[in-house]
Amino acid sequence: MSDLRDLYQEVILDHNKRPRNFRILPQPTHHADGVNPLCGDRISVYLDIEDGVIQDISFQGAGCAISSASASLMTEALKGKPVAEVEHLFDAFHDVVTTDCECPKGLGKLSVLAGVRDYPSRVKCATLAWHAVRAALEEHKEAVATE
Amino acid sequence: MSALHSVAASHPVGGELERGKLDIARIRADFPILRQRVHGKSLVYLDNAASVQKPKAVIDAISECYSGYYANIHRGVHLLSERSTIAYEKAREKVRTFLNAASVQEIIFTRNTTESINLVANSFGGQVIKAGDEILITGMEHHSNIVPWQLLCERTGAKLKVAPFTDAGELILEEYERLLDGPVKLVAFVHLSNALGTLNPAKQLIAMAHARGIPVLVDGAQSVPHLAVNVQELDCEFYAFSAHKIYGPSGVGVLYGKKALLEAMPPYQGGGDMIRLVTFEKTDYADLPNKFEAGTPNIADVIGLGAALDWLNAIGLGAVAAHEHALLDYATGQLSEIPGLKIMGTARDKAALVAFTMQGIHPHDIGTILDREGVAIRAGHHCAQPVMQRYGVPATARASFAIYNTRDEVDVLVAALWKVKELFGS
Repeated sequence: MSDLRDLYQEVILDHNKRPRNFRILPQPTHHADGVNPLCGDRISVYLDIEDGVIQDISFQGAGCAISSASASLMTEALKGKPVAEVEHLFDAFHDVVTTDCECPKGLGKLSVLAGVRDYPSRVKCATLAWHAVRAALEEHKEAVATE
Repeated sequence: MSALHSVAASHPVGGELERGKLDIARIRADFPILRQRVHGKSLVYLDNAASVQKPKAVIDAISECYSGYYANIHRGVHLLSERSTIAYEKAREKVRTFLNAASVQEIIFTRNTTESINLVANSFGGQVIKAGDEILITGMEHHSNIVPWQLLCERTGAKLKVAPFTDAGELILEEYERLLDGPVKLVAFVHLSNALGTLNPAKQLIAMAHARGIPVLVDGAQSVPHLAVNVQELDCEFYAFSAHKIYGPSGVGVLYGKKALLEAMPPYQGGGDMIRLVTFEKTDYADLPNKFEAGTPNIADVIGLGAALDWLNAIGLGAVAAHEHALLDYATGQLSEIPGLKIMGTARDKAALVAFTMQGIHPHDIGTILDREGVAIRAGHHCAQPVMQRYGVPATARASFAIYNTRDEVDVLVAALWKVKELFGS
């Protein structure tokens, strides 16, 4: 049970139960769907970008605790950030959930997902929302898949 | 001597045992993989609907083929080729007996159930389906019994029709019959649903189609390890299954087809072993079953399937079904006591698996937590996304049983599910 607590930390369980920014933006400047074909999870992300800054960001969809909490934490982390920082943050986050690296500074609460690194089959859950944001910024028309 | 050989020896008549007399501990001893621990816990393998573990008899048969007499079949004049050919064709005869087919010419080896269905969709489907025709399936099909027909419809301009099922997971016979009255030229349905556990009334469904002169394919991927199938009694035109779900190796499938139809059908793939005479002007095809087995087949694994059927016959499918039914009843009762747990698929005729959801907890999370308790289940859409859509859920968790599972393992599953609830505080 103790090692499961490393994965399912309180912050993650909380964000799963009460996801933040869980809504549809009425007029997003960017939008994309993320699909995990493995489990059928689907997450939609909505962004409002002005002058290269993410003014508002939200998500909707059904997913496991890891993908829901990751999406929720991601929206908190990205709100108010310059678009130029997204790639850098995603790279850093990806390293955290896939490698034994030291958690880089500046990731804040996102680092609670570090436990995912011990569950390789769940990495796609943790990165689904991020893939969707990347697709939205690249203005993909079709849903992006994790594989 | 394996446990089952001794079982067979003491029960020479048909090998079928009465319920309760099966020595599951001895059966488990035949499965080397079950002895291991995962994450420090005894392995409880409940993902049998996805693929079943292999008894030592099967592993040994494959190993003996490769280390003792392996060579390519059907064309060699040397001893090893002759021995391999005999072993390969013996396996075909074992499959014929297992399904009670009239002739070995009606048994085609493929890669898996999916390829068997694709063979029929391409060869038979291409022959009989025209624009405006309808192909009828059910709402509880695996993707492998949906997509090949969709492809056929795209090629021909035919329409795919879907017979609906009730909330309990039972096919609505009135709707099925009503749909049969359309311009249906082919029916394909799953015998035992991998997503719900529903056992469809195959004989009745086939008879209803035949009353209108419509041929029927049955997807038997899930059914063959759990109940005796008699294709002559069912009278279906085609029956498909995979070796890996019936204690045999992966990479081998079977297509049973009525001889007259198979003879009239064009080949599915061209190549070696399926010809009688080739010139650049014209090719004469080989007789059945070789016409549908182009190229070097999966020789050792077909032989492994034969060994799996011998092993299973020694226990008897009647005894297997009784054991698994008792497990299913026990698991259904135990799981029903967990608050917030909902079982999906409550058909009166059900076999071997229980699919469920838990309030506020995604099946993927259930799967991960159970894994850490040593319990292997499946979480996801089970390659049956339309079934998930029917119930409005993205996924379910599924525990599926085989002959080697025990009541103690069900208890471990149930205890682990309580831990899931504890962790999620629900």
